[in-house]
Amino acid sequence: MFKKIGFKLILVVGVTAVIIIGIFSFYNIRSHSDALLAEVERHANQLSETVKHSTRYDMLLNQRDRVHTIINTIGEQPGIQNVRVLNKVGEIIYSSHEEDIGKLVDKKAESCYACHTANEPLERLPVKDRTRIFKLSSDSARVLGIITPIYNEQSCWEADCHAHEKEQTVLGVLDVTISLSDVDEQIQQGEIDTAVFAFSAVVVFSLLLSFFVKRWVDKPVKELLNATHEVGTGNLNYIIKEKSDDEFGILSKSFNNMTQKLSEARMQLFQSDKMASLGRLAAGVAHEINNPLTGVLTYSSFLLKKTQNNPELNDDLKVIVRETKRSREIVKSLLDFARQSVPKKNQVNINEVIDRSITVVENQLTINHVELKKNFASDLPLSTLDSNQMQQVFINLLVNASDAIGEKGGRINISTDLIKLSPYGITHIKKATCPKRHDLMDNEVKIDGMPSIKLKVSSNGYSGFINLDPVYGRNHHKIPVSLEKLDINSKDLKVVCPQCEISLIDPSKKCPDCNSPVYSIEVPSQGNVEGCLSKNCDWQKWDAVDVGGQKEYLEIKISDTGCGIPRENLSKIFEPFYSTKGQKGTGLGLSVIWGIIDNHNGTITVDSELNKGTTFTIHLPAGKN
Amino acid sequence: MKKDWDILIVDDEQVVIDAVVKICSSEGFTVDSATDAKEALQKFVKNNYKLIICDIMMPGIDGFGFLNELSQRKISSPVIMTTGYSTVENAVKSLYTGAIDFIPKPFTADELVNSVLRGMKYLEIQKSLRNYKRDNSEIIYVPCPAKYYRLGYSSWAAEENAGSILIGATDLFIKTIENISQIELQQIDDEVVQGNSCAYIKDKEERLHPLLSPVSGRIIEVNDEIKMNKSLIEKDPYFEGWFYRLIPSDSEYELKNLINCSSDRL
Repeated sequence: MFKKIGFKLILVVGVTAVIIIGIFSFYNIRSHSDALLAEVERHANQLSETVKHSTRYDMLLNQRDRVHTIINTIGEQPGIQNVRVLNKVGEIIYSSHEEDIGKLVDKKAESCYACHTANEPLERLPVKDRTRIFKLSSDSARVLGIITPIYNEQSCWEADCHAHEKEQTVLGVLDVTISLSDVDEQIQQGEIDTAVFAFSAVVVFSLLLSFFVKRWVDKPVKELLNATHEVGTGNLNYIIKEKSDDEFGILSKSFNNMTQKLSEARMQLFQSDKMASLGRLAAGVAHEINNPLTGVLTYSSFLLKKTQNNPELNDDLKVIVRETKRSREIVKSLLDFARQSVPKKNQVNINEVIDRSITVVENQLTINHVELKKNFASDLPLSTLDSNQMQQVFINLLVNASDAIGEKGGRINISTDLIKLSPYGITHIKKATCPKRHDLMDNEVKIDGMPSIKLKVSSNGYSGFINLDPVYGRNHHKIPVSLEKLDINSKDLKVVCPQCEISLIDPSKKCPDCNSPVYSIEVPSQGNVEGCLSKNCDWQKWDAVDVGGQKEYLEIKISDTGCGIPRENLSKIFEPFYSTKGQKGTGLGLSVIWGIIDNHNGTITVDSELNKGTTFTIHLPAGKN
Repeated sequence: MKKDWDILIVDDEQVVIDAVVKICSSEGFTVDSATDAKEALQKFVKNNYKLIICDIMMPGIDGFGFLNELSQRKISSPVIMTTGYSTVENAVKSLYTGAIDFIPKPFTADELVNSVLRGMKYLEIQKSLRNYKRDNSEIIYVPCPAKYYRLGYSSWAAEENAGSILIGATDLFIKTIENISQIELQQIDDEVVQGNSCAYIKDKEERLHPLLSPVSGRIIEVNDEIKMNKSLIEKDPYFEGWFYRLIPSDSEYELKNLINCSSDRL
């Protein structure tokens, strides 16, 4: 807590504020009370002059009663404590407090002190020195007294009473004392007001400061700390979500950038590490398998040479030699794959490739009483394919079909055709990102064997993830039951990137079919794919591939009359290690097939009905490409 | 008196030995075998072998060690290496170390026989070279020019100014194949890998002889002339008779595994 940068900042700024406001308040109070006292002083002085002048005439006439009356009347005024007139020797001759009359005031008394400090009394003093503030007793209010000397003048010594000599300068003094209780109250009130103001200013200031420090410093620092911690513990996918537009925002941005780069580098490292170990594995396997293969190949090719005059045997041996050579190519391509070299594609007629595959499995089909029906289109163009890999695909599919049929017998139809397909319903989205370039592909949820596109959806309380079909226009999306009730036309509908929560809804567009909101995701270097968010609507649009128009594809259909695949397993069959054959299979076959077809930019789909049969449909780009 | 054999096969796999013995015997060669290098070396005490076929990956002394032992013991019998594709790089090194050819495993009977026949022809040429007299007008074979590199005695590579590499077959290799009837070439944009076959030369007896590529790279030009005019590679194998022009993928590393032809002239 005390070590936090926010706390330190608040402490320093707070203390500074307290000091500044304190000093300000102190001087404010002082000048305020000074002004008030000065005002009282002026007022008292004026009052004294008024008393002096109003009694002057009566004094000259020596009408003491009238002087008394005037002094008493003035003395009764609220706030005025006492009005006294003292003569030269210090005797009180008039007073608003009658009991004081006749008393002698000592020269050392506070009212006299100002003039009588020196031995010879001063005759003239400025107003400031003639006033004094004192307390009658320790618990009474403060009192301001002002002494006004009454100077001798011609009319005094020439008056009929002859009370004063001509030589006298000062005849006596008028002493007016005014209670300062009101003023003191005002001053005190001012002090309280200022203190309250100062206190509330400090409090409000600190609160504001702490609010903004928390918001601008504490929170981003906390988030950054959290992020570094996350990254430190290995979570390189951590992204700082909230970004301000200040330096912390820039820092967050470059932090995100850094982790992303780091993550990519790690992925690459991981990938190359994987490839390296795969390469070692492949090299090991290749070496081990090469010797037995040498045995098979040398003997069979030797036999082949020796049986030139036995056509029946010779043909069978040709199959062995060819297939062993194919195994050799597979081992080699495994190594090539480990070396990341290009697959060996050449111009082939797919019908020939299928025919060669059929030769390999023909015997097995005959044993299982499987009738094979070929329905080949004759005018297929030569297409750029790896014939060995494609042969692997067909052999695998034929063996699977034969296995599905079992021993009771059945039929396999294999057909080829040249078709034109629009990109809609066939183009595979292999990579999709949000506008901030976060990968949306979800390898964990696959749709027909392909990684799906994951979006986060929320609306009026419901929230969850939907997985879009990566095949453009096919719409085999996965929507969890909990999201079925989602109101897509609700105003608070949000469709966001699961990583950065950036909205993927295109607010400027509506589905042309049903007017529902439209999502838009980016396919790197191939523009944006848009689609309707309503689950009852299939509208999707991908301008970049639609522009290309229809393309020619080879369509190969292999259908059997076998046991079929249960609906719930259909989506899993292209996943690695999925097998229903138990000990017989590795579960790699169909995933490898999928990989091969995908490498040829083709697609493979499956349709199946339980106990009726299964159809695999392969689409491969036709012609040179 | 030492016994004379045509071939010694050294391999740790019995099935390979059996196959080689069977195939080569059927071609009329006498074949002896050993399951490791040590046993093979001991056999030289009592026997003479014209040609040795040897695996690279063997327990104990491997193919390289065996080649070294042979040269130390001044045994001049040419060696054909066999190895899986996984060790093609090693095979290329073995050619640098002195083997004359290599057959990638698994091989067919024909591939083995063709290599052995070339080996025997090589022996013949070497023999006639020893009897060669300067005043004899006929040249036995033309060694590859200086600044060229060669893979064993089979193919050559020459660096060009533009960074591309020209490859072809050495005259000695062509001389071991009698009567060329056809040449099978790859196409532009195909990738070739060092030590892997990049072309096939067919002789009059329909035997296929693979030309091992001296370097890896992408083909940017194919010399179609040699297809039309097969005598070109016999007459001028190092210039007009080139096979491919390549963009090499890692020539700096790969050329180190090739024999510099300048050293042939010393």
